[in-house]
Amino acid sequence: MLELHDITAGYDGGTPVVRNATLTLAAGESLGLLGPSGCGKSTLARVAALLHRPDTGTVTLDGEPVRGWRYRAPRVQRTALGIVFQQPRLSADPRLRLTDLIAEPLRATGRRDEIRQRLSGLAPAVGLTPDLLDRRPHEVSDGQLQRACLARALVLRPRWLICDEMTAMLDASTAAALVGAVEEYRAATGAGLLAVGHDHRLLDRWCDRTVHWNDITTAEVRA
Amino acid sequence: MTCEAPQGTVWRSYGTDRRSTRTVRVRVSAALVAVTVLAVLLVPPLVQLDQQAVDLQAKLLPPSWAHPFGTDDLGRDLLLRCVYGLRVSLLVGVAAALAATLIGTAVGAAAGALGGWAERGLMRLVDTLSSVPHLLLGIFIVAMFRPGVWPVVVSVALTHWLSTARIVRAEVLSLRARPFIDAAVSGGASRWRVAIRHLLPGVLPQAALAAVLMVPHAMWHESALSFLGLGLPTHLASLGNLIQGARGSLLAGQWWPTLFPGLLIIVPTLAIAGLAGAWRERINPRRRSELML
Repeated sequence: MLELHDITAGYDGGTPVVRNATLTLAAGESLGLLGPSGCGKSTLARVAALLHRPDTGTVTLDGEPVRGWRYRAPRVQRTALGIVFQQPRLSADPRLRLTDLIAEPLRATGRRDEIRQRLSGLAPAVGLTPDLLDRRPHEVSDGQLQRACLARALVLRPRWLICDEMTAMLDASTAAALVGAVEEYRAATGAGLLAVGHDHRLLDRWCDRTVHWNDITTAEVRA
Repeated sequence: MTCEAPQGTVWRSYGTDRRSTRTVRVRVSAALVAVTVLAVLLVPPLVQLDQQAVDLQAKLLPPSWAHPFGTDDLGRDLLLRCVYGLRVSLLVGVAAALAATLIGTAVGAAAGALGGWAERGLMRLVDTLSSVPHLLLGIFIVAMFRPGVWPVVVSVALTHWLSTARIVRAEVLSLRARPFIDAAVSGGASRWRVAIRHLLPGVLPQAALAAVLMVPHAMWHESALSFLGLGLPTHLASLGNLIQGARGSLLAGQWWPTLFPGLLIIVPTLAIAGLAGAWRERINPRRRSELML
């Protein structure tokens, strides 16, 4: 279970971007969150990934209440969630080759010995050839880079995957390939998915159920 | 003609078979830096001439085969004096720039990465020190020691880390807000690992560039302090001392005692800057489309 209860979040003490949002995902469930741009979807996704501390509200991850965010979150909780962002160009360290980009979470958590084995499985799953793995981010296209970012999110085998507008910058065939890779991973591991986006046709087809932003910020709280 | 090297060099930052203008610039810069360093390292031990040998018969001779850079007002050979001067000035410039960059990077990175009261405290310290004219502060520091090379280095380093600290802090703040830092945090990286693996390498090119640009500045400070009698003793040649000493002869129409030391400040500096620029592109490659934004 991933439960976000009555979340209010904003930046630097300003007006909150997200007000009283409540969202519950059952284990293994895939949920699409729809909303117009600028409504606060991404902020909520970052709260759910334990990357942004909300002003008020609680997050419960698999029964454990979350007490710290970012570096203060226990590593077990942080790495239980994988996140893919909208813009691959900004979410990849420009100096790292794609191999290192994908392997970085394994290095950071002291699991160097698994790198070779994980890469050999993940690279074909997301559609990256050995030639591409050897390049740096500025030498590949946005779509290829987003494939690497997805692989990086999956490399620690998270129980939850958060895709924040993952396919918004990509062409239809790459988008379909990435969604396919996510579904393959979920079928193999039973991981849950929170897909955030504004394209209801994609999310309706991709996810078990979809909710609209307006429904999670007001209606459920009133009820 | 229409599709020249740029696309190739930006797309594939290394390993293109075409020789772009950038490659030529890098090679020329590298050659000049190599010549400078070799001259400074090899000429004094190999030539074994006394840079302070006075010959009043031969004072203020224009450049000739015997004295390629001419002689100064005490008949000392200017080529030899210039090489020794370049040695001292480069030592002061590089040592001071390195020390200042180390201090500035440490303070700036700590301020940017820690945030909160630590950041506010450190940056107010930087503001306070910046409000004192740095030549004045440098004179205070250098006056506490005997004249020599190292007090000048310390004085320049302690007064010049402030701008580097500001640059590095700003760069860390901008990097810290990028999604790839979020991705690293989500991947289980500790605060320390993010700083060492992602933030510091990201600011190094900026810090290195600041260091290179500080080399000539440090050389000028050395000459200013020497001129005020607080830097190097006048019998020791430094490029600053040489230029200051030649001011009188310039007004009398003798251009060589000023021109050659001046060139020796400008040329190595440009060469080092050329190499630093290429290094920045290598370490932090950007696509051309991003550069145009």
